[in-house]
Amino acid sequence: MKVKVLSRNPDDYVRETKLDIQRVPRNYDPALHPFEVSREYTRALNATKLERVFAKPFLASLDGHRDGVNCMAKHTRNLSTLLSGSCDGEVKLWNLTKRECVRTLQAHEGFVRGMVVRYCGTSFFTVGDDKTIKQWKMEAPGYGEEEEPLNTILGKTVFTGLDHHQKDAVFATCGQQVDIWDEQRSSPIRSFTWGVDSFSSVRFNPVETELLASCASDRSIVLYDMRESAPLKKVIMTMRSNTLCWNPMEAYYFTCSNEDYNLYTYDMRYLDRPVTVHMDHVSAVLDVDYSPTGKEFVSASFDKTIRIFPKDSGHSREVYHTKRMQHVICIKWSSDNKYILSGSDEMNIRLWKANAAEKLGVLAPRERQAANYSQKLKEKFQHHPQIRRIAHHRHLPKNIYHQTKELRVMKEARRRKERNVRKHSKPGSVPVVSEKEKHVVTVVK
Amino acid sequence: MAKVSKKKVSRKSLKKSSKGTEKIAEVKPDVVYDDDGDDDEEDLYNADENITSEEDEDGEDERKRHKLLEAISAIGGKRKKKLGERSEAAVQMSEFTVNAEGEGDKVDLSDLIGTMEKTSAVPAKAKKQLKNLQRSTKTIECPLSKQESQRIQRDVAFQKAATEVTRWKGIIRQNQRAEQLVFPLNQEPSGPKPMERVVSGWKAQTPLEQEIFALLSANKQPFHDPVLTPTEEASMRAMSLEEAKIRRAELQKARALQSYYEAKARRERKIKSKKYHRVQNKAKRKDFVKQFDEMVRSDPAAALEELSKMELSRMQERMSLKHQNSGKWAKSKAIMAKYDEGARQAMQQQLEVNKELTQKLVTSLNDKEEEEEEEEEEAGDAEVLPDFVNDAERGLDSSNPWMRGKLSEEPAEKETTDTVVLRAEGPGAGGNPAVEEEEEEEEEVEETEEEVLLREFDSRRKLRQAQETDVVASADAGEENAAADDPGASDKEEEELSEFTSLLRGMADSRREAEAEKAEAAADASHADASARLEEGLMRIRTLEDVELLRQEEPTADEAPDQPQQPPATENLAPATQKAGKNRKRKRGIELKEVLTKEAKVIQVPLAPTVEDAEDPDEKPDQRGLIREAFAGDDVVSDFLKDKRKQEDAGRPKVVDLTLPGWGEWGGTNLKPSRNKHRRFRIKTAPPPRRKDQHLPSVIVSEKRNSAISLHQVNSLPFPFQNHAQFESTIRSPLGRTWNTEQTVKKMSKPKVVTQLGAIIEPMAREELMKDKKQASPGNTSTLDSRKRKH
Repeated sequence: MKVKVLSRNPDDYVRETKLDIQRVPRNYDPALHPFEVSREYTRALNATKLERVFAKPFLASLDGHRDGVNCMAKHTRNLSTLLSGSCDGEVKLWNLTKRECVRTLQAHEGFVRGMVVRYCGTSFFTVGDDKTIKQWKMEAPGYGEEEEPLNTILGKTVFTGLDHHQKDAVFATCGQQVDIWDEQRSSPIRSFTWGVDSFSSVRFNPVETELLASCASDRSIVLYDMRESAPLKKVIMTMRSNTLCWNPMEAYYFTCSNEDYNLYTYDMRYLDRPVTVHMDHVSAVLDVDYSPTGKEFVSASFDKTIRIFPKDSGHSREVYHTKRMQHVICIKWSSDNKYILSGSDEMNIRLWKANAAEKLGVLAPRERQAANYSQKLKEKFQHHPQIRRIAHHRHLPKNIYHQTKELRVMKEARRRKERNVRKHSKPGSVPVVSEKEKHVVTVVK
Repeated sequence: MAKVSKKKVSRKSLKKSSKGTEKIAEVKPDVVYDDDGDDDEEDLYNADENITSEEDEDGEDERKRHKLLEAISAIGGKRKKKLGERSEAAVQMSEFTVNAEGEGDKVDLSDLIGTMEKTSAVPAKAKKQLKNLQRSTKTIECPLSKQESQRIQRDVAFQKAATEVTRWKGIIRQNQRAEQLVFPLNQEPSGPKPMERVVSGWKAQTPLEQEIFALLSANKQPFHDPVLTPTEEASMRAMSLEEAKIRRAELQKARALQSYYEAKARRERKIKSKKYHRVQNKAKRKDFVKQFDEMVRSDPAAALEELSKMELSRMQERMSLKHQNSGKWAKSKAIMAKYDEGARQAMQQQLEVNKELTQKLVTSLNDKEEEEEEEEEEAGDAEVLPDFVNDAERGLDSSNPWMRGKLSEEPAEKETTDTVVLRAEGPGAGGNPAVEEEEEEEEEVEETEEEVLLREFDSRRKLRQAQETDVVASADAGEENAAADDPGASDKEEEELSEFTSLLRGMADSRREAEAEKAEAAADASHADASARLEEGLMRIRTLEDVELLRQEEPTADEAPDQPQQPPATENLAPATQKAGKNRKRKRGIELKEVLTKEAKVIQVPLAPTVEDAEDPDEKPDQRGLIREAFAGDDVVSDFLKDKRKQEDAGRPKVVDLTLPGWGEWGGTNLKPSRNKHRRFRIKTAPPPRRKDQHLPSVIVSEKRNSAISLHQVNSLPFPFQNHAQFESTIRSPLGRTWNTEQTVKKMSKPKVVTQLGAIIEPMAREELMKDKKQASPGNTSTLDSRKRKH
């Protein structure tokens, strides 16, 4: 009689220590694993649904200001510190990990218009409606000491914006003209004017650190070089730009937030047409900030929402809103690419996740692998209608939803009319103007 | 009248100077100098007016004359283009020695610089320039307006900024295309780092470490950041593309120059004219003499050297048979000398030269010769030296077997050194005393000795191989003989070999035990021995070989004076070695019988009666039969066929019968509509297209659109894809770990952007640009580098 016994080599299945993961023998023969597409599709669908389930972007609200938050500044060396200035001239320093205010100071009379942290992170500058530029220490004053600025510069006119050079002790302000200041001097080392008397924002290029751009009230965006005596170029658009932000990884791209509900990404070398027009907001866009990776940017709008756009996409990938958030005036993307901070009219600063469904904190390796895999699956099947529908669905406040619809109808109507006009006029007399070209009036050399 | 484009300063000075005159005082309020350039023309106009009024007062006749002259010149036809000019109030003033002869007359440039001609202080160049200026009739162009100039300035500045910014293009594009970007960008690469980088103040402490480092440094092996040896680095450097190109270009140039030179030399050599050569030689000689003279003055040492060289050449000449009148030419000349005056003279000349050369220089030479001898010696040394250096180098290189393809050398050397050590330790082992002495001598000698030894070993090995075959033939019978034959072999192994012998003895013992006792015990013993000496396996084998080699030395050992012998050891050894050889052969495959000497016990387990048991073992279970038996109840095949037929029927168009009884006929019960009517009102539709599964018996192909599925299907080609095939191919390949290996999954599911938790991501820095440039230029070498590191 024959007895057949299963015999296996323990080396094949016993782990050396109990800390090792179990060895799982696999046979990758495709015949053994049929229906791969449909199975992965199901996984992708589930992942998409789960993403929507876990999408809870709102983290915290920092309240304490007694007026609308008008400007914010990221600390350059510290992730957990945020500075905010309000419409009553108060500046607050926040500890984001504890979510509490650590210091309050009355910086100006009237609005705090602009605020920026010096590149070394030891001090910060504020400008206000009281025509002053003040430099403050980052550290709180000791017990019994009075809160006093390190330095105060009295200007002739109101300053509306402020930005600091990336590496040098130089900063720029804007108001009636764009001024470049040396930190050691009380008068500007350079002033730029070009037939405009009111600027709303000025920003240094973080990569090519000598370049600046500013938004003017005559609907123009003006480029400057700090080393030159005259501005470089200016583009005039159909409506006014409120703020702009340079891409921190790509030297010649910047994005401006416009009053016409759109954002425009420009290549500074070719100003005659924007590279991309970012639409989706239903009211004026007030502020914009790039993610430190330069892949996305976030915009704050008068329509009480925040939207996140991929830098080369025409539409937003995400929209954040809460019931109580009013017009969002300022927005920042934290420099570790994880959070978004918004300051709004109703005196609150809100902390959001940059990726709504992302799990915060340290991920276990297997967790990370699973997340990566599901991310890839979502990407792979993103064009399938069900997945697309679920991934794109966002709940919007009623008025925004209706306004979006209305805008769509208006746009369609305009398009139809144009088409009809073209149809009934001499061929070639009504040229097709692309969306990108529509918004640029002229480029002034 | 002065030119308009005068500076304000001069105007002011002129104004000041004109204060004295009344007329000018009158004019003064009229003249308005505006700061702005825009109003210049207006000014000009005013000034012109002034001039006319002034002239009116001054002198009518002068003016008339002037007008007349102008009219005449106008008649001449060549009307000068009237320039924008105005008169100046201070025409009469002669502050700058301006010679204004007539009032209101044009002040010419010649008037201004007339005095300059006389003054010698003015350089001629300036005079010339002024003259040229005088001749030219062009006016300086108007400066651009402020707006214009600013615009140009802006444009230039913008172009500059744009080009500066465009430098980033490469990096931006690279980042956009990158499969994965890890932020912050300028992170240190993760992974294991060389120990030297982690621990800065690390030192070799233990003697072993010190020894190793001494060895490494002696052989010029890298121990800091252990990547490349200097020679390897040099070779890497040689591989850099730019350098190679430059080098090649240089070589090409040199080759070309050489070829030119050669061609020239060939051409010159081909010239048959004796006169030419004579002249050439003469010229050369002259040149040389001149040079020598100069050298004597400037560099006496070099001159001396040259002199000695000349002396040397003279000596060589002396030694050679060049001017001995023994050549072909000389012989022919000797024949001709009888008849030809020229030939005789030539002979004479030759002889003179010979005499001159063969004359021995007595006085000065003695010292020189000594010097020369010394020099020669030195030269000889120099000749020797390179060889030596080369040898040393070869030694160095051979220490690094990777640089050269010679791997075989080293083990041989090691063997030899081993044997040398052996000999040193066992002085009586058969090595000659002379050899021992030699060992104490220098390295070189030793090396040569080693070579000799090597040769000996080779021959011995061959001998041994031959013997082995003999041994195999003679088999066991020769055991005892062999033992008796090599008593000398025992001499060679002493302390070190004692291990070996003991092992062998052990093995032999175990053999004997195996014969005597059970095989199991023997196996155990051998196992134990083997495990005990497992660590020294390599060493042992070497010594084994050595023993065998040394056995071949036996005759030489015999010649040597007798040594205390160890007969018992040898007796054991000889068979042991042979057996060991056999053992080795056997070791290659484990024989089950050897290892498991005990027969496995047959376990008898009462088995439960199974189905298999019940069945005949010979009968093969028929698969189909089994399945049929198992699924006896449901006939899948027929069900499927039924299904298919049903589907086919459903797809077939139905005949619609629209006949209504009673219409056009008699009505009533049990009345059938006529066939005619049937034919008229039965409507047949056209047959549908053939089913796709018509010829596929085991398939049902449904061509209906399934709404449940279509909800999930992509109905239009998504944006970036060009055609369906592309899109489908992306969908088809699975990503999950069910279908792919772990590594592939990891690679495929890499996220595009990776950020570090809690790290501040700084904007792109300028250094990145520099880095990129650096990478771009020596890209070749870097790839090579990485390749090198991988190996």
